[in-house]
Amino acid sequence: MIETKTLTCVACPKGCEVTVEYEGDEIIEIKGNACPQGQSYAEEEIVAPTRILPTTIKVKNGALALCPVKTTKQIPLENMFEAMEIIGNKVIEAPISMGDVLIENILDTGADIVATRDMPAEIK
Amino acid sequence: MNKKYDVIIIGAGISGCAVAWKLARYNLDILLLEKEADVATGTTKANTAIIHAGYNADPDKLKGHLNVKGNQGIREVAKKLNIPYEEIGSLVVGLEDDNLSVIDELYEKGLKNNVPNMEIVGKEWLREHEPNISPKAVKALWAPTAGVITPWEAALAMAQNAVANGAEVKLETAVEDVMTEDGKVVGVKTNQGDFEADYVVNAAGLYADEIAKMVGIEKINITPRKGEYYIYDHAKDFAVNHVVFPVPTPISKGIVVTPTVENNLLIGPTSHNVKSKTDLATTREGLKEVYEGAKKLYPSLDLRDTIRVFAGLRAADDSEDFVIEAAENVKGFVNVAGIQSPGLASSTAIADYTAEILADEGLKLSEKKDYIETREEPVRFYEMTNKERAKMVDQNKDYGQIICRCETVSYKEIVDAINSPVGARTVNAVKRRTRAGAGRCQGGFCGPRVVDIIAQELGIDPTEVKQEEGNSQILEYKIKELLGSKVMDNA
Amino acid sequence: MRKVKKDLVVIGGGPAGLAAAKTAYDDGIKDVMILERDFELGGILPQCIHNGFGLHHFKEELTGPEYAQRFINDVEERDIEVKLDTMVLDVTKERKVYAMNKKEGFLEIEAKAVVLAMGCRERTSGAIGIPGTRPAGVLTAGTAQRYTNIEGFVPGKEVVILGSGDIGLIMARRMKLEGADVKAVCELLPYTGGLTRNVVQCLEDYDIPLMLNHTVTAIKGEGRLEAVEISEVDENLKPIPETAKTIKADTLLLSVGLIPENELSKKADVVLDERTGGPIVNEGRETNIEGIFACGNVLHVHDLVDWVTEESQIAGKHAAKYIKDNYEKTGSCAELKAGENVSYVIPQKIELEAGDRKRIPLYMRVSTPLTAVDINLYADGEKLYSFSEPFAKPGEMISVPLAQKTLDDLGNVDEIKVDIIEKEGN
Ligand SMILES: Cc1cc2nc3c(=O)[nH]c(=O)nc-3n(C[C@H](O)[C@H](O)[C@H](O)COP(=O)(O)OP(=O)(O)OC[C@H]3O[C@@H](n4cnc5c(N)ncnc54)[C@H](O)[C@@H]3O)c2cc1C
Ligand SMILES: Cc1cc2nc3c(=O)[nH]c(=O)nc-3n(C[C@H](O)[C@H](O)[C@H](O)COP(=O)(O)OP(=O)(O)OC[C@H]3O[C@@H](n4cnc5c(N)ncnc54)[C@H](O)[C@@H]3O)c2cc1C
Ligand code: SF4
Repeated sequence: MIETKTLTCVACPKGCEVTVEYEGDEIIEIKGNACPQGQSYAEEEIVAPTRILPTTIKVKNGALALCPVKTTKQIPLENMFEAMEIIGNKVIEAPISMGDVLIENILDTGADIVATRDMPAEIK
Repeated sequence: MNKKYDVIIIGAGISGCAVAWKLARYNLDILLLEKEADVATGTTKANTAIIHAGYNADPDKLKGHLNVKGNQGIREVAKKLNIPYEEIGSLVVGLEDDNLSVIDELYEKGLKNNVPNMEIVGKEWLREHEPNISPKAVKALWAPTAGVITPWEAALAMAQNAVANGAEVKLETAVEDVMTEDGKVVGVKTNQGDFEADYVVNAAGLYADEIAKMVGIEKINITPRKGEYYIYDHAKDFAVNHVVFPVPTPISKGIVVTPTVENNLLIGPTSHNVKSKTDLATTREGLKEVYEGAKKLYPSLDLRDTIRVFAGLRAADDSEDFVIEAAENVKGFVNVAGIQSPGLASSTAIADYTAEILADEGLKLSEKKDYIETREEPVRFYEMTNKERAKMVDQNKDYGQIICRCETVSYKEIVDAINSPVGARTVNAVKRRTRAGAGRCQGGFCGPRVVDIIAQELGIDPTEVKQEEGNSQILEYKIKELLGSKVMDNA
Repeated sequence: MRKVKKDLVVIGGGPAGLAAAKTAYDDGIKDVMILERDFELGGILPQCIHNGFGLHHFKEELTGPEYAQRFINDVEERDIEVKLDTMVLDVTKERKVYAMNKKEGFLEIEAKAVVLAMGCRERTSGAIGIPGTRPAGVLTAGTAQRYTNIEGFVPGKEVVILGSGDIGLIMARRMKLEGADVKAVCELLPYTGGLTRNVVQCLEDYDIPLMLNHTVTAIKGEGRLEAVEISEVDENLKPIPETAKTIKADTLLLSVGLIPENELSKKADVVLDERTGGPIVNEGRETNIEGIFACGNVLHVHDLVDWVTEESQIAGKHAAKYIKDNYEKTGSCAELKAGENVSYVIPQKIELEAGDRKRIPLYMRVSTPLTAVDINLYADGEKLYSFSEPFAKPGEMISVPLAQKTLDDLGNVDEIKVDIIEKEGN
């Protein structure tokens, strides 16, 4: 059966309304995107949506109790809570630099968890 | 065994605090008990904050008797204890269609109550002194001795002065029973143990009837009567120079428009009986009534720059009067009940009167030699000029860190509020003492910082810091604490 | 009181202040001081740990802390003086800035130019007057964000969010991911106030219901929040009592609007625009007070930090010009007017010598959402030209260039007006 779905492209803040016609996993037509990014976004969105996961990780001896982190690339939406639990169980010792890999290849997604800021050690 | 007190006072609202303040000057062991985590969390924290001149109360009632005395008393006390108080005067403003003879009647009543310096003023006077008043305003009763006060600061100052003179204050201590022996009071039972005393004063506000029942007094019956309000930011550019009342009608005293001591505009209250003594909810209808009422006096007033809505409960006894008297059936038990408006205005007079009753009951009142009459003024950064601030910071660098941006409250003021006698333990207690969080952002900015300072100073975890009463923790969980369970739910 | 003199004082070390300081420095003003009341630079960004920043400016997607870090590095690489934990208490129209910190005490700084970059604050429950009790557990979304992302606490676990502004949407996902049950996001209006991408990624991804035309009509609970009552509203936005229902919740987050933080500006007699809540500025972002500039959320609330950066570069550049004394007013002044379906236009006036500029970016917002729009510009009533956009939403700022050439061709203009209306023939 051919289905159509209207998606809001989130690849950039412009947020084009993209209409996709598809049958199962097969894409028939994509309309409404203002750029090619919108095309691939819509394709993925139908087959298997993925997202960047931004969250925090607990820090020991840091200037702050938490360091913000993210996945280096998008991971499947369905993995989010499992990933949150893994990250939540971890404690990292300061100092940390932006870009430091804190967890490698989380849930075999190919994405690492990296720090998104510098976190100096606590000033005593 | 706990020590034995001369007097235990139940309830640290303005009434209980005033009685403690009054009695602490005598050679007496005094204990003030309060069920909540701070003084002044009952009716005393949510009212119109007016020190009425005294023309309104019925001369035949105790209220009428005590109001004018209290008005005079509070002026002195405010000076000695450094309580913010402004004698801005009040107006009862008659509009074209009102029954204007009521204004003359109030004037006559005022004369009977010995209210000084009242005047009836007309249109021109009103235009000149209240530029924003309704163009329909034609006549008013002006009572220059009325004023506005910070009610919780008044209660706190009195409690602190009592402590300075040797009284004890126990917070989070709820009286559960009054112990009697052979028709005589011997003490109270509380959730923190028993305390013995020869005299017990019942100043429990809304719950005064329940405390009275503990010794078998049935005649007191308190009905909670709700009053709702809007409060505005100081930045509200709208001049109101007096406490402004409408002409009262037989059914309602009407909505007041007044500045507060801190120069926030306050409008309210409504007056409706409610079922529950804990029903402090504001209502859509109530707030509408407040706004419409205020608009009658000030048609150009809008709701922009309001920063909060709130409600308070009057503790109305069936007699519609103060009930301040010794129990007939039990010796040593004194009620200070039914203290609705003008309870605040009358507080010093209520304290004097209660002391007289206790003396009649046999309590010996001999003044202490080393009685401390005054309270040092707490540092109030928001009132200072930049020069004065610079001087303070030079003396102590902890003044250099501002925690509350809207009200300019420094770190030092907050730490002092926590560590001074009758210290703050909750976020609202800090707010009442320092104004941190009372401004336009309502703690959005300083909230997390205040929680942190309270936790540090009291040596507790931030998740234990409360906003006010009972289970009012601000933060329920530490980060990541909820994670495992959620994964289970989603699995 | 310590007294110092500076060429440029920047109040606020968020993205606006950082970009303004950097630009002025690079334009030759080396005596620059940034005053920031927080313990670190970055403004609101360190707590905005989500991605979605920098797509316009850096052409890549960054998180808030990453975006901030780049500008912090820029400032640190330059000889710009930064005072942290320093609260500015007062500014005068003579450009004296009074500030205070623990280390140095009270400071009086005399500046040749001042950039106001204090950001904004959130509207509170009191300001919107929700009936009911006043328990713990009712807080603004931004405060909850600080607790969750910086301080390390989850305010509660059964959450209702009022208002569909971006912070509310972001916090819905954030609390959900941290294990809370986010029960609903209620929005009074028939459309959301946030970016579409946030509706998709924060609500739809996690099946969090978005209830449009709904509001919280009562707050219940004595100590801690116990429940909220929500109701549908009619077309006049009045709650319909029969639709009221109670949702059990221990936390109510409010995302009901941001207000530019202009208490200091007022002390310097800076005139504010009622529509934006920020100062009235010219195209150099100078306020009515000579030498006092404003940019970022203190000027008008931005949804994207990229525009904050662009605007702050403009402010920094003109502050530098002002200090170097080559800041020329033309003597005539064109006023910008928000026309049909436009809630505001920034700048509010054009009055400077063109110099080498090619265009002036006009920032604006629509009052109501429309699909397929024409953005029409008029000069003294005559149509200049128009742009088409697939849609326009109040939550998303629009930037439209006004070409310098057009202005040159026009000569003297008193008023430029912008309309944003449904495309003809649509
Ligand atoms: C809407 C409104 C407007 C008002 N406006 C004015 C005004 O403008 N001017 C004026 O003069 N007056 C005004 N009043 C009246 C004034 O506020 C009250 O008269 C006064 O605050 C009463 O103080 P209180 O100490 O008797 O009671 P409360 O302040 O209620 O104190 C009683 C205390 O007892 C405690 N308590 C209760 N039970 C126990 C227990 N079992 N164990 C231990 N502690 C217990 C309570 O927690 C409470 O703190 C107004 C009142 C209201 C409601
Ligand atoms: C929750 C949230 C989510 C957002 N999400 C996105 C997004 O996904 N993508 C995107 O592009 N944009 C996003 N934005 C928008 C963007 O972050 C803001 O527009 C931007 O941070 C505004 O920058 P600013 O410098 O004007 O203000 P701020 O970042 O608020 O900085 C102002 C600074 O001034 C300081 N200050 C204020 N008063 C004083 C004083 N008296 N003395 C000293 N210092 C003072 C403050 O402490 C603060 O550091 C978001 C904003 C918020 C609040
Ligand atoms: S289609 Fe292209 S332009 Fe449109 S929202 Fe997606 S990425 Fe942006």
